[in-house]
Amino acid sequence: MAGKVKWVTDIEKSVLINNFEKRGWIQVAENEDWNFYWMSVQTIRNVFSVETGYRLSDDQIVNHFPNHYELTRKDLMVKNIKRYRKELEKEGSPLAEKDENGKYIYLDFVPVTFMLPADYNLFVEEFRKNPSSTWIMKPCGKAQGKGIFLINKLSQIKKWSRDSKTSSFVSQSSKEAYVISLYINNPLLIGGKKFDLRLYVLVSTYRPLRCYMYKLGFCRFCTVKYTPSTSELDNMFVHLTNVAIQKHGDDYNHIHGGKWTVSNLRLYLESTRGKEVTSKLFDEIHWIIVQSLKAVAPVMNNDKHCFECYGYDIIIDDKLKPWLIEVNASPSLTSSTANDRILKYNLINDTLNIAVPNSDIPDCKWNKSPPKEALGNYEILYDEEMAQSDGADRDLRSRSGQSIGLKGYRARDSGKPVLTTWK
Amino acid sequence: MLEQDTGLSLAIAQIVQRLKGSSLHSQLERQARGSLHKPEIKLDSLKEDIKEFLKTSGLFPSPCHPAAPPEHMKEPLVYMRKAQGSWEKRILKSLNSMCTELSIPLARKRPIGEQKELLNKWNEMGTDEPDLSLFRPVYAPKDFLEVLMNLRNPNYENGDQPSFRNHLGLIQVPLKVKDIPELRDYFSELGLNTGQLGIDDSTQVPPELFENEHVRVGQTVLTEQDSAAAQQYVRQGCPTALRAELWALILNISNQPEDILYYEQLKSNVIQHDLLVDSLIYKDVKLTASNDDYYFVFEDYLYQVLLCFSRDTSVLEHFSYSSATPPKSYIRGKLGLEEYAVFYPPNALSQLNSFIISVAPLCFLYHEPSKLYQIFREMYVRFFFRLHSISSHPSGIVSLCLLFETLLQTHLPQLFYHLREIGAQPLRISFKWMVRAFSGYLATDQLLLLWDRILGYNSLEILAVLAAAVFAFRAVNLMEVTSLAAAEAVLADLSTLKVMPLLQIFLFATVT
Repeated sequence: MAGKVKWVTDIEKSVLINNFEKRGWIQVAENEDWNFYWMSVQTIRNVFSVETGYRLSDDQIVNHFPNHYELTRKDLMVKNIKRYRKELEKEGSPLAEKDENGKYIYLDFVPVTFMLPADYNLFVEEFRKNPSSTWIMKPCGKAQGKGIFLINKLSQIKKWSRDSKTSSFVSQSSKEAYVISLYINNPLLIGGKKFDLRLYVLVSTYRPLRCYMYKLGFCRFCTVKYTPSTSELDNMFVHLTNVAIQKHGDDYNHIHGGKWTVSNLRLYLESTRGKEVTSKLFDEIHWIIVQSLKAVAPVMNNDKHCFECYGYDIIIDDKLKPWLIEVNASPSLTSSTANDRILKYNLINDTLNIAVPNSDIPDCKWNKSPPKEALGNYEILYDEEMAQSDGADRDLRSRSGQSIGLKGYRARDSGKPVLTTWK
Repeated sequence: MLEQDTGLSLAIAQIVQRLKGSSLHSQLERQARGSLHKPEIKLDSLKEDIKEFLKTSGLFPSPCHPAAPPEHMKEPLVYMRKAQGSWEKRILKSLNSMCTELSIPLARKRPIGEQKELLNKWNEMGTDEPDLSLFRPVYAPKDFLEVLMNLRNPNYENGDQPSFRNHLGLIQVPLKVKDIPELRDYFSELGLNTGQLGIDDSTQVPPELFENEHVRVGQTVLTEQDSAAAQQYVRQGCPTALRAELWALILNISNQPEDILYYEQLKSNVIQHDLLVDSLIYKDVKLTASNDDYYFVFEDYLYQVLLCFSRDTSVLEHFSYSSATPPKSYIRGKLGLEEYAVFYPPNALSQLNSFIISVAPLCFLYHEPSKLYQIFREMYVRFFFRLHSISSHPSGIVSLCLLFETLLQTHLPQLFYHLREIGAQPLRISFKWMVRAFSGYLATDQLLLLWDRILGYNSLEILAVLAAAVFAFRAVNLMEVTSLAAAEAVLADLSTLKVMPLLQIFLFATVT
């Protein structure tokens, strides 16, 4: 049935609406017949909930997976990655190899994390091994840096101890659950300032895993010089890179918004550190993104009506090791600067081109394999189907076409040909 | 005979002066002391013996002509020297009146408390926001352009009416500039048949064709530490990973301990004395680099480098070949007393904007302050100073402007005439690009590729060629505009341009 795509959204952002309108799509209300719904995470809960949910028809597409929180909630992400690592270890997979200190060689990309109050005692044990370490407390269900604080003494989190007498704290409800992670107090600094990376990853299906990485990610800088000094642990302008926090700082600049493109970062690192270590860093970043997706793939509801664009937050430490901090299901579509607006507009545009091919009425049964020309600024990060169908040597280097390769890294370390570790 | 002698003595004295403080000097001293104990050396006739030896060794051939007067080394054309002199007077006057207005001394010693504070804040001067609202820039690029436009050679009489055959641009001095055939020859390594970084390293080109080999050659050059070879090599562009070292090799920067010490000394000068220009520098950084998408990260490095630069008297040496003269100022209350004279920041007065912006790209390559400082200083005394002093040098700003206008008028006459008619003289737009060596206008990776060629060819002429190439690239749109503002809009955003293809097309692929 030919016709224009009917869209709904409950997120009033111009970068979205402009993209829908430019395709000539028609806006409708939620209770009408719609083809495309860009929904907030609350709405997706309703759509797939037992009580209020409803079946989606073949020509309806939504922008979240039903149980995306397996990846996007801080505690569940860590849980799934831990489970994934244990499974690989049980299978005897070379990926789960550990070094002499018992640390995973290839899968140690999430800082040591515990759930509170559930793992309080385990945490205390770990804390006591390194009493001078700093830890970061993050509420599981919040975003934009809200509720985050740093601690370096056990007394600062007495409230979360399980058998604490002052436990009138409502932490028992899952809304107020916290995770506590080892704070990366040696971040890579540029110009003396801490920064993190925001990368966009589009997943069109989890089984087989097909994901794309947006080439135009960016770095978010703090406005204040970094110091690990304990006297500044409370200064969120030093430690938290969220724009929502930084924009209240005295030195926040509205022209560049404290953001650098990833290509700038790459140029800087190549010029000051060399090409090999820079390429290795970026390969590792791609690797950890793919591993995180593989970790949740088995538990993810791979509903064919769904796709999702995640915002990955990554911190690089001063040894050029990337750490996965968290994954966001609803990366901000607010634009803090003019460049930002252009970037997010293009991001949505390219996302829609992949998720809704030819901007036509969608059919959720399609094979989810867009042609190369439709990718725009996305690059294929990992395509499980392609990886499995190619038996022989495949050139995964980013030069030839649009895939990102990790061949060199893997083969060098595990000593085994690449494809076997990927299957 | 006497003349020869004094010439020799002078030469020796100059060499000794240059060597002072360098490691070579201490090596020579050590050797000399050692040799004193040898029996052949007779102390009383030592001076004469050495002179005799040097004469006979052929190291100092006897001069045949009288040496050129020093002013000619700076700038051979009198009218240029005069123009530079009056420009400097004007700037100094403006600065002095600002001092009087604001009752701020040009220079003052900092009280101890303030010194301590500054030392603590040395690494984050960007977060301190003193009240700079009363400071205004000493001059704007367009003021400088006005001065250049009014340059006239008094010995040159051009009685004809302005016509197509004459120069229709803003610069009206008869300097020799290269035409396209000469440029093709000069920039031959940029030709279509030679591999280039910035073109032949793009993702569509397999690296085996050019890039891999080029990187290998670069690494060899670095191992050999061959400065001349490096200069030849970078004409085809530097691989990003090798660029920092290659530039240091070409500029002879090695970051010895004495260099680091020198930088620390400058730093302590900054701590001890406060100069008026410091506030001007501060304000300029805040206005330019802090707002720049690429350079804001390095704001603090810029303060460190620029404040030190403004106290660096070794830069005064370049005045022997620059048409400019360092203005002097005196510490308050000691007017006229030479020992209290502070040589004004050489050209920190002029075009503060270009300074700042020519330091910033270097922050992408060097993160160690003293090395960053030295690279910048060397780039300044070799190249960038020519962008804000009036001279007849082929890399001087006057020649660059003339080269740009000539290229445009000769090869895009329709465009040139059209823009002139609508009151949008092309130089009015491209001046600010050239005077900043395109920093702040191009994407950083493209800028660095451009500066590779500046180093490789030891000339700034490529800036004029690129400016003309940009106009050629956007010619279609420019032909449709009807005002200066619209022309500015077409050329406002250069951040997506790829420098090397533009240059190649303009020089080698345009039908002339």
